Amino acid sequence: MSKPKPTLETTFCGIKCLNPFWLASAPPTNCGEQVMRAFDAGWGGAVWKTIGEPITNVSSRYSSIDWEGRRMMGFNNIELISDRPIEVNLQEIAEVKRRYPKHVVIASLMVESKRETWHDIVQRAEDAGADGLELNFGCPHGMSERGMGSAVGQVPEYCEQITAWVKEKARTPVIVKLTPNISDIRIAARAAKRGGADGLSAINTINSITGIDLETLQPNPNVDGKSSHGGYCGPAVKPIALNMVQQVQSDPASALPLSGIGGIGSWRDAAEFILLGCGTVQVCTAAMHYGYRIVEDMQDGLLAWMTEKGFATIEDFRGLSLPNVREWKHLNLNYKVVATIHQDLCIGCQLCYTACWDGAHQCIHLDRTSPVPDTTRTPAMVEAEATRNISTTPIPKLDAGTLGRSSAVTPLERIPRVDEHHCVGCNLCALVCPVENCITMERIDNGLPSESWEERTAKGLVPPGACEVMSTNT
Amino acid sequence: MSERAPFHQQVAVQPELAQRFGDLHPPLDRQAAMPEANRCLYCFDAPCTGACPTHIDVPRFIKKIASGNLAGSARTILDANILGASCARACPVEVLCEGACVMHRYNKQPIQIARLQRFAMDSFHQSGAPLPFEPGAETGLSVALIGAGPASLACAAELRRRGIGAHLYDARPLPGGLNTYGIAEYKLPLVESLREIEMLSQLGVDFHFGTMIDAASLAKLEHEHDAVFLGIGLGGIHRLGIAGEELAGVTNALDLIAGYKSGAAMTVPARVVVVGAGNTAIDAAIAAVRLGATEVHIVYRRGPEQMSAFAFEYEHARSEGVKFLWHVQPTRIHGDSAVDALELTKLISSEDGSIVPQPGSEFSLATELIVLSIGQSTHTAFISEHGSEDAKIQLGRGCILIDRATGQTSNPKFFAGGDCTNGGREVVDAVADGKRAGTGIAAWLEAQHVQA
Repeated sequence: MSKPKPTLETTFCGIKCLNPFWLASAPPTNCGEQVMRAFDAGWGGAVWKTIGEPITNVSSRYSSIDWEGRRMMGFNNIELISDRPIEVNLQEIAEVKRRYPKHVVIASLMVESKRETWHDIVQRAEDAGADGLELNFGCPHGMSERGMGSAVGQVPEYCEQITAWVKEKARTPVIVKLTPNISDIRIAARAAKRGGADGLSAINTINSITGIDLETLQPNPNVDGKSSHGGYCGPAVKPIALNMVQQVQSDPASALPLSGIGGIGSWRDAAEFILLGCGTVQVCTAAMHYGYRIVEDMQDGLLAWMTEKGFATIEDFRGLSLPNVREWKHLNLNYKVVATIHQDLCIGCQLCYTACWDGAHQCIHLDRTSPVPDTTRTPAMVEAEATRNISTTPIPKLDAGTLGRSSAVTPLERIPRVDEHHCVGCNLCALVCPVENCITMERIDNGLPSESWEERTAKGLVPPGACEVMSTNT
Repeated sequence: MSERAPFHQQVAVQPELAQRFGDLHPPLDRQAAMPEANRCLYCFDAPCTGACPTHIDVPRFIKKIASGNLAGSARTILDANILGASCARACPVEVLCEGACVMHRYNKQPIQIARLQRFAMDSFHQSGAPLPFEPGAETGLSVALIGAGPASLACAAELRRRGIGAHLYDARPLPGGLNTYGIAEYKLPLVESLREIEMLSQLGVDFHFGTMIDAASLAKLEHEHDAVFLGIGLGGIHRLGIAGEELAGVTNALDLIAGYKSGAAMTVPARVVVVGAGNTAIDAAIAAVRLGATEVHIVYRRGPEQMSAFAFEYEHARSEGVKFLWHVQPTRIHGDSAVDALELTKLISSEDGSIVPQPGSEFSLATELIVLSIGQSTHTAFISEHGSEDAKIQLGRGCILIDRATGQTSNPKFFAGGDCTNGGREVVDAVADGKRAGTGIAAWLEAQHVQA
């Protein structure tokens, strides 16, 4: 049976989308000319750079975290909302919608917390032709000092109130963008839902200081020797975003159509957000890093994966991973895996060995050439032996046996051995191993039925004192 | 301290030399060094460190480059190998650290350890920082070191760090031995060797140049010092023992290399034949090409599989246009007052496995310069003359016999290391020998002191 040819076309809050890939409200959506080029490149939608009373920006505005030679693992900005007049932005929205009627344009909005002001901007944005509205309750820097952005998102009452004001006027879907700079994102999500929001987007950027220049002792980004906390985004924040997305989508009082944001740069990232319930995804840092062209592989790769998995539409797999995220107390305590080192793939770096000794449970040993397993040999003993070893430069004619020995095959003594009886199955060795599939975690059949902490507690098998928990808000 | 000029300022570098013998492996700049340093996996008990005769903690110095701690990186290198800059350039890393890199085992390029080491050392030298070690508190003990090559220098550094006086004696006008005079200039320029030794001398090493040591002076030094280290390298060049060997136009590889490196002999004739197929022969043949020869041959008695040159050296020579003639033996040198041809005889395997000349196979190779590179023997005469019967320094197969871990000879007051003990290996082997001997001497002297 041939697999269905999948489509990326989808509907979000009733808005028809050519594909789920939107550019987030940020510098890549600053003006109409940019947005039209982005649509030409393949983006399905764009959330316009937040419109409000024009601001004045500082110079410089961005900084980043590089990691071992890769640039911009994490990215931070202290740029504010649009610095262009409201009417210019709205005219350009109208122009874009006239020329790209099938593409989604969402107007991101941020104005002072007054009912009439919000009514006015909603009316104007919709008159310009925006397909929907995104309320920026998340901007963590600058605007928050003026009582806007995350200053709204962090106070559930404000969030609910302003959402309600907007809903009084809006004819198009209203999406509330949530700030992660809050102890529990569900509090804000519930407030938005109570206020009548049609959808949510998450996460906005995270409060951050990316670093200090060790020469000048000045923080980044540098504005005349000073800096201010900025909004953190990029690949580094994806795990935080995924968790918050899951929290929102697993909470009935919060769950709404959700546009996922946070470190998305590839179709893989996008698929993960959709598997946790997102209907669309928004991208910023990756587009700022590599340009609009990245969307080509996001489409191509996601379609290929959908074909392989037999998913015809985004809805076919949206949220499928949500049931797999559980509270810890529901996890099976009798599930047991142990590390297995595949000798044929091992290159002998011994990173698993040092990681297990120093960072885990001391159950990986260098004793394959010992007559009997030796779990008493410590890393310090291994190093001391190496120090005493005398080595010389091999000469081809004289030392034929030693030449090339090390480069082709891993010597047995360098291949670590897992003590499976003591391995707790933590994954650390497999995570540090530089070779794919060299260390795998293999399930051990211990013959025990699945049993969670909750079940164990219910059976009275847990000593008192170990099972009492403080009440949570879940 | 005497008012001598720094060693590296005592020589004038000829621009032509730098031009003809540019870096075989160009330096990394910071932008290239950082990602390369980050590529290092940081192996535990790293094979590169194990393969290095001086056991430089390679992952440690590389991670210090990655963290931007360049001074710490250089200190890590120098702590294990006082000639770390020289070794970064001169080492045959393909069979040492880089050859042992685990990256080989999953189809990745090994970490460029040598170039990273050079980056760390170059940065350190450019910073103008002093040697990051202090001499130890003076003990009043002193050691005479015969030869000022890598073994003696490394030994001297260990002694000085322990407060033991180090007095080096060398026949040449400048220190470093083969590190200074014997390494192909495109690997290690003479001036760089001297720069590194100048830094080492900050430990308070006492140099005596232009001093030949014979049996009598050795006895005197033994009497004046608490121990003696023999780092005398190899001496006598093996001869072919054929007619015409005394003609002008017959030289040896080490003289050729020292000649151009010091600027004394910067030209060669058009046709050059190098006899022998070791690494030094390759260096000499490539030098001949770089010095302007148009036809350079290497002739060897056996086949490529038996040559002692490393495979990458052989490939390098071929890439420079050096031609190889295998299974031939020089049988006569033709010429009136100077060489004009080398007569060669083909060799074939006999039934008992030995190789024998093939009668009637003689042919002549026209040449104006014949460079011998067929090995060296040790200057053993003054050693065998030295000492009473029960205090002899024992020799074996032309080398001074030592305890590998301490460098001690059969005469407990004498220690040795480097080429004179191993028959001729690399600078890094000599440094490792010298280092072990330095600690060996210090331990022995301490034991003597305790007994006394």
